[in-house]
Amino acid sequence: MNTQLGVSVKRKEARDKVTGAAKYTADLSQTPLLHVRILASTQAHALLLGVDAAAASAMPGVRAVVTGTDAGQLLCGGILRDMPPLARDRVRYFGEPVALVVAEEAQQAMAAAAAIQVRYSPLSPVTTIEEALVPDPVLVHENLGSYQRMEADIYPRPGTNLFHAVKVRKGDMERGWALSDETVEGTFHLPQSDHAAMETRAVRCSISPGGVIDITTASQSPFEVRELISRYFDVPQGMVAVHVPLVGGAFGGKAAVQLEVLAVLASRAVDGACVSLVNSREQDMATSPCHMGMRAELKLGARRTGEITAARMVFHLNAGAYADISPKLAKAVAVDCSGPYRFPNIDCDSFGVYTNAPYATSYRGFGHAELFFCLERMMDKLADALGMDPFELRAVNALKEGDLTATQVKATRSNMGDLVCCLDRLKSLINWSEGARIQEPGGLIRAKGMACLCKTSDTPTDASAAATVSFLPDGTVALNCAAVEIGPGIRTAMAQILAETLRMDVGRVYVNMEVDTQTAPYYWKTVASMTTYMMGRAVRAAALDARRQLLALGAVAMRCPEEDLEVENERVYLKADPLMFAAFRDLATGYKYGNGNAVGGPVIGRGSYVMDHLTLLDKDTGKGKAGRSWTLGAQAVEVEYDPAQHTYRLLKAATVLDAGKVLNPKTARGVVMGGMSMGLGLATREEFVQAPGGVEGATSFRTYKMLRIGEEPEYLVDFVETPQVDAPFGARGIAEHGVIGMPAALANAVAKAAGVDIEELPVTPELIWRKKGRP
Amino acid sequence: MRSCTGKCFLELEVNGRTVSVAAKPSDTLLHVLREKLGLTGAKPGCENGDCGACTVLVDGMPVKSCLMLAAEAVGHAVTTVEGLKDAPIQTAFVEQWGFQCGYCTSGFLMVCHALALHHPDADDALIETWLQSNLCRCTGYAEIRAAVKSILADGPRRA
Amino acid sequence: MIPFDFDYYAPETTGEAFNCYAKLSKAGKRPVWYAGGTELISMARVGSRTFGAVVDLKGVPDCTRLAAERGRIVLGAALTLTEIARSGLFPLLGSTAARIADHTIQGKITLGGNLAGTIQYRESALPLLLCGARAHVMTAGGVEKRPFSQVFSGRLHLEEGEFLAAVDVPEREAALPHCHAKRTRQDKIDYPLVTLCAVRDGGSVRCAVSGYGSAPLLVPAQALAGGAAVCGELAGEAADSLSGSGAYKRFVLENMVGQALANLGVK
Repeated sequence: MNTQLGVSVKRKEARDKVTGAAKYTADLSQTPLLHVRILASTQAHALLLGVDAAAASAMPGVRAVVTGTDAGQLLCGGILRDMPPLARDRVRYFGEPVALVVAEEAQQAMAAAAAIQVRYSPLSPVTTIEEALVPDPVLVHENLGSYQRMEADIYPRPGTNLFHAVKVRKGDMERGWALSDETVEGTFHLPQSDHAAMETRAVRCSISPGGVIDITTASQSPFEVRELISRYFDVPQGMVAVHVPLVGGAFGGKAAVQLEVLAVLASRAVDGACVSLVNSREQDMATSPCHMGMRAELKLGARRTGEITAARMVFHLNAGAYADISPKLAKAVAVDCSGPYRFPNIDCDSFGVYTNAPYATSYRGFGHAELFFCLERMMDKLADALGMDPFELRAVNALKEGDLTATQVKATRSNMGDLVCCLDRLKSLINWSEGARIQEPGGLIRAKGMACLCKTSDTPTDASAAATVSFLPDGTVALNCAAVEIGPGIRTAMAQILAETLRMDVGRVYVNMEVDTQTAPYYWKTVASMTTYMMGRAVRAAALDARRQLLALGAVAMRCPEEDLEVENERVYLKADPLMFAAFRDLATGYKYGNGNAVGGPVIGRGSYVMDHLTLLDKDTGKGKAGRSWTLGAQAVEVEYDPAQHTYRLLKAATVLDAGKVLNPKTARGVVMGGMSMGLGLATREEFVQAPGGVEGATSFRTYKMLRIGEEPEYLVDFVETPQVDAPFGARGIAEHGVIGMPAALANAVAKAAGVDIEELPVTPELIWRKKGRP
Repeated sequence: MRSCTGKCFLELEVNGRTVSVAAKPSDTLLHVLREKLGLTGAKPGCENGDCGACTVLVDGMPVKSCLMLAAEAVGHAVTTVEGLKDAPIQTAFVEQWGFQCGYCTSGFLMVCHALALHHPDADDALIETWLQSNLCRCTGYAEIRAAVKSILADGPRRA
Repeated sequence: MIPFDFDYYAPETTGEAFNCYAKLSKAGKRPVWYAGGTELISMARVGSRTFGAVVDLKGVPDCTRLAAERGRIVLGAALTLTEIARSGLFPLLGSTAARIADHTIQGKITLGGNLAGTIQYRESALPLLLCGARAHVMTAGGVEKRPFSQVFSGRLHLEEGEFLAAVDVPEREAALPHCHAKRTRQDKIDYPLVTLCAVRDGGSVRCAVSGYGSAPLLVPAQALAGGAAVCGELAGEAADSLSGSGAYKRFVLENMVGQALANLGVK
């Protein structure tokens, strides 16, 4: 039996996706179906004086209009309950849901939503981090102190716009500065931006006469949807059924629970009839949660030899109007603030900040693309100041076995991987030895920039996953697990892990593409690049459990001790004579003797995994273990810069990740290239632009720009394989990491090419022109 | 003069078959394909003509069906992804890992299919010109480029 | 999804179209001329345009003419940008058309729609402004041919109920040495930061730009005399937009004019 790992297995749903047969939430047919339209706020910050729905309610086809008061005093939030599902009393961002219209046709719902009269009394909006932090600021939340905290380690500061603060204190800063020969400083600004999954968020909801809330949603978090809906509407979890079909891209944006709550309110208003709520692109960008912005101040001190001796860092995350997952983002930034480096002395503060902007949620990289933009620009500035090669500076500071991370976790080869090996690989991939800045004939300049990256999982300390493996009478295997197929082929990867463990052909493993919380065993959520690890362990455990049962039943069938048997190719066979075997199909539903007697019964393997050895962070020092391991790597970008126009072209982008073990090479490469493309988007063009008053100016793809074909660089992707010993077959998560170092690498390349300092994104030609002093 | 007022029946030719569909003049072709004919391969990615996920062929040329009224399609042959029957580009997308989430795929397939029909010898510049009408958020486009090249006349040698 | 209903009419002659519109107008149906529909549909969807009827000109043969006759090239207003580019009859207009929106949409956007649109760029006007174009305007008295510059200043100015059936340009001017350049904030598919068209007619150069100000405009001849002077002459026109600041546009325009003059062999 050939291995099922390290080979490019085509995704199981491939044929459906090239024939139009693949069904996403809004593709499902259902009758009768009512349509919901959100009326969104046109103000960024205002008192809500009144919502007059009389005219709208009387319009053709309108079955209900739902406003904030219909939700009672409900406040939503997985960590800090600060968000009314529909605005009450005040609106806090442009695009915030104010009312819902439920109508027989989508067109009628749209028309009626436009007829709702809303009276606002505008308040001064907090549009930047700086405005949020002034003494005696305009408060986005006046009742911050009264909000219920769902987790113990959340530290809001009432009377300010800070809803969470994380501290990391390590070593002795005074000593660190004293030891330094050189210091560099930087102040960074990153705008908010959007996930821009091609499928906008969509949900269906009905409530049965018996009270079962049935939700179909484009979500990464079916079980969290179940848990939160249960909590918000005070119904048992078993009365909330959540289905997730194929999801058309997510990137963290579909981990947040938002439209599901609105859909329940809408369905409730029409006696539980099935309602459909599908975001328009504009509402998906302005109303649903976005990618955070950031302001950061960093200072590094280093010896002449390059060893960094002190790091002072302050991160302010622009989380927008509501906290959502941002407390965890602030934590994630703090946990990895020193990157894959050995910083002996660290003083880091990371704050979650409210502004009157769309609220942020998880986004591919979970804060790390922003962190590493700042950190890796600083590393290049330091290299410049020291006259050192950027690669060498990174290698000098690379964490070594036994070193402590920022939160004082001991680094090992298993939990960290091999940065120096990644750096070496990257160096040759990008041909660093030819020089980082090359004057081309014709006046153009070719320049390269690089950056390192690392990321740990930052899951809850008790995040868990489970899977079951059952057998069909023909001896094939069905896998049931709640990992959502959002694009990276995770369900196919799980089938590979199962097939490899049972030493059978992955083509004989069946895994459907829908997740149903009523039948699938629990899984925390499909985020954090953790599915390979967590669900992979659960699936492997389930496969081993099934294998034990097959061996036991095989031993009965073959009248021999279990230890004489082996499993392969859908057979339990005698090691001493492989031609003596019992086929899976003869064991799958129980073994039947010649006379008709039967023993055993259907084989079902079960596997569970819960994160172990994780701890909360110490409030004062940050000491603690936020993840079991890291995935690290190094990336580079090569640009061609036109010094006359300040325009540039992407030539090459390279990534070397320590993947532990590559399970599916083509899929792995694809996911990494996709991450790189998103990272280059953040680096070069993507941003939310707020007009005066906090009105979002780029809420369609007409003005919110993403890379198109022809603008992409040549991608160079390679993997190092330092196994993570506790991971399934040694494999680390890689789904997010392609994005992380790209903004820094691009900025480092442009900074080198144009001879300017870059401390903000995106790096547009106009930005370079401004940095050049507006010649 | 042809007109369509209020609710009317439109005779559309979709995937080689003539269908009569009750529609309103304000219905976009995308809406009619998805909601009236059950052809959900074309996706409403932006309904603003920016993303191309709703692309279908009208008389063999790509059209963003979100920016075409169904009433305009009368007298023209509409082809959706469901009308591609084992087109080479479908296999090429599978072989080359041309998609991840699959949501933009139908639109890309239709543009690539039309490009191969009209310009079997398309070079890189022409491929880009045609495919720049569509957005993909999952891949970095390398696989899509490889897929379309693999079906053009002189195949992947130029890749 | 368009949140309101309207009626659809597809006349087959200019006269029928004119009368259809007039009748609808009189009946209070608030008709609009319709061709490619790309802008109308997207603006109707978000509620920035409403109307009670559309009169689709694509079936009117006069609006889809594409011919070289009596020394002039005639281009129907309902021709798509793709058809114009593919015809090769007016290369400067073809190059300009091939950089408006994206390739798929170029197969839907029409010349008339681009000129009559409310989106300010209307880049297809630039070649017409530079090459002695005439507008064929359908009026109560039939089709009138007027100098293009008379009906277009920044945007198309027609009487309510009239429509642009076609344009024509002298073959000689359509064949002048020319150049087209489009600069955007960063992306190839985007509204212009600045789109520039220029032609050289003997010793003189004519140039027009879009994106720079709030509407397409001709660059005064004296401004072309020296690169830097362009900014001075047009400084007041530069408008901030999502694509870029006015100050940056001045820098970009200066570069573009210099490049255009060099391309046309003019110092």
